[in-house]
Amino acid sequence: METGANNRNFIRILEILGEKTNSVLSEIGGIFLLFLKSFYYTFQKPFRVGLFLKQIEFIGVQSSFIVTLTGIFTGMVFALQGAHAFKLFGAENLTGPSVGLSLARELGPVLTSLMVTGRAGSAMAAELGTMRVTEQIDALYAMAINPVQYLVVPRMLAALLMLPLLTALFNFLGIIGAYLLGVHVLGLNPESFINDVIYLVDFKDLFVGLVKSIFFGMIISIVSCYKGFYATGGAKGVGRAATEAVVISSVSILVSDYFLTAMMF
Amino acid sequence: MIKIVDLYKSFNGQQVLKGINIDIENGRTTVIIGPSGCGKSVLIKHLLRLMLPDAGAIYLDGEDIIKLDTNSMNRVLKKFGVLFQSGALFDSMTVEENVAFPLHEHTKLSDREIKEKVMENIHLVGLTGAEKKYTSELSGGMKKRAAIARAMVMSPNILIFDEPTTGLDPVTSDTIDNLIIEVNRRFDITNLVISHDIAGALKIASKVAMMYDGRIVEEGAPEEFRKSRNPAVRQFLARKAEGVIKIG
Repeated sequence: METGANNRNFIRILEILGEKTNSVLSEIGGIFLLFLKSFYYTFQKPFRVGLFLKQIEFIGVQSSFIVTLTGIFTGMVFALQGAHAFKLFGAENLTGPSVGLSLARELGPVLTSLMVTGRAGSAMAAELGTMRVTEQIDALYAMAINPVQYLVVPRMLAALLMLPLLTALFNFLGIIGAYLLGVHVLGLNPESFINDVIYLVDFKDLFVGLVKSIFFGMIISIVSCYKGFYATGGAKGVGRAATEAVVISSVSILVSDYFLTAMMF
Repeated sequence: MIKIVDLYKSFNGQQVLKGINIDIENGRTTVIIGPSGCGKSVLIKHLLRLMLPDAGAIYLDGEDIIKLDTNSMNRVLKKFGVLFQSGALFDSMTVEENVAFPLHEHTKLSDREIKEKVMENIHLVGLTGAEKKYTSELSGGMKKRAAIARAMVMSPNILIFDEPTTGLDPVTSDTIDNLIIEVNRRFDITNLVISHDIAGALKIASKVAMMYDGRIVEEGAPEEFRKSRNPAVRQFLARKAEGVIKIG
């Protein structure tokens, strides 16, 4: 009797595991398929310049304030922490370069992408999700307009373009924040701060950070659009789509950041 | 003419369409009625190829649209105008922009010509004065009328109405029914209406078909339909909870 019950429980566990694996794999497949479709329709007419510019404004311009704030404060807090640690070894002059390197390689692309995910990714998923549940996406199909080309491609291209620019802004303001704190509060030498940053932060560090941010832009746009595009279940479904878009994008950014770093450095 | 032949569709093992057969004749108004959840909207989605059937064919003027490639299907879709159940107006646009949208997408008309055509259609559906309003500022009936104007603006051969009067009061419903009759008479458009509003269906239809349990169980002119002995039709006409149709 007991063995039979144990077997049934074991089979149930296997079933649940199988269902979960199946749903995760089909989700990954769906996201990848949407990426392929978007890539294909990027090169098909009509080119929707107006929609692309609108998305540039939404993803890029409207995110610049939040990126400015987080950039300055991240630079400042890193300078504060770094200066205290380096002081123990009498190496305060390394504060600038250490902040510069962390910003260029990791913090710039990752924090900018997380900020954009929270602000624009959730909004993309919610907007497309609402369009799905109110049949607006079906209406596009019925009017012989490809919804992937109309809705996803402009968002993807705008994110690919704006993420590196926002990351560059984050890096620049982060180092300004570090400079202001380091020089005016902690009393570091301004000339050596600038010279050390220029000397120790390579172009490659900046370049790799920007390449990462392009990749993160793709993750944010495709995951968020996928979640919205295939949302079901009314208002609750739209809310779920927005939440899942943020969670999946954020986790994917952090996980892929490790692999990108391992590959590029 | 649209000819639907032996259309089957199932979802997760549940058979929703169990061999639909119906002809939709040119220039006439065909109304498919049936209880909620009987697969009426699924049928519409097949006509627009938003879904593909498990088996069967849909012929439009002799051509099976299920087998068409994307470009050919887009050509077919331009012959259709669709009023979705929720109206499906783009909420980021005004009424005028919504109606103008298909023209901007598919024609090379000048802005002035587009404006003229848009205003003509807005006037036809009785929404003059509301053209600058956003969807959120419209009542249910106004949304449906704006959606009808958008569906008609490309001068389609076939207009598909998915539950055009659902959620509307009886007077507004009758206004929409009159509009459906008017577009059919004035423009010789083929209308396909999916509904569960029996009074409206009998008023506007040249032919009424009853869909129940994934099949067309009765069809005919409204007068014949009223006399049907089919138990599902009788129950539906009598608006009775007791009978062969079980809900829930």
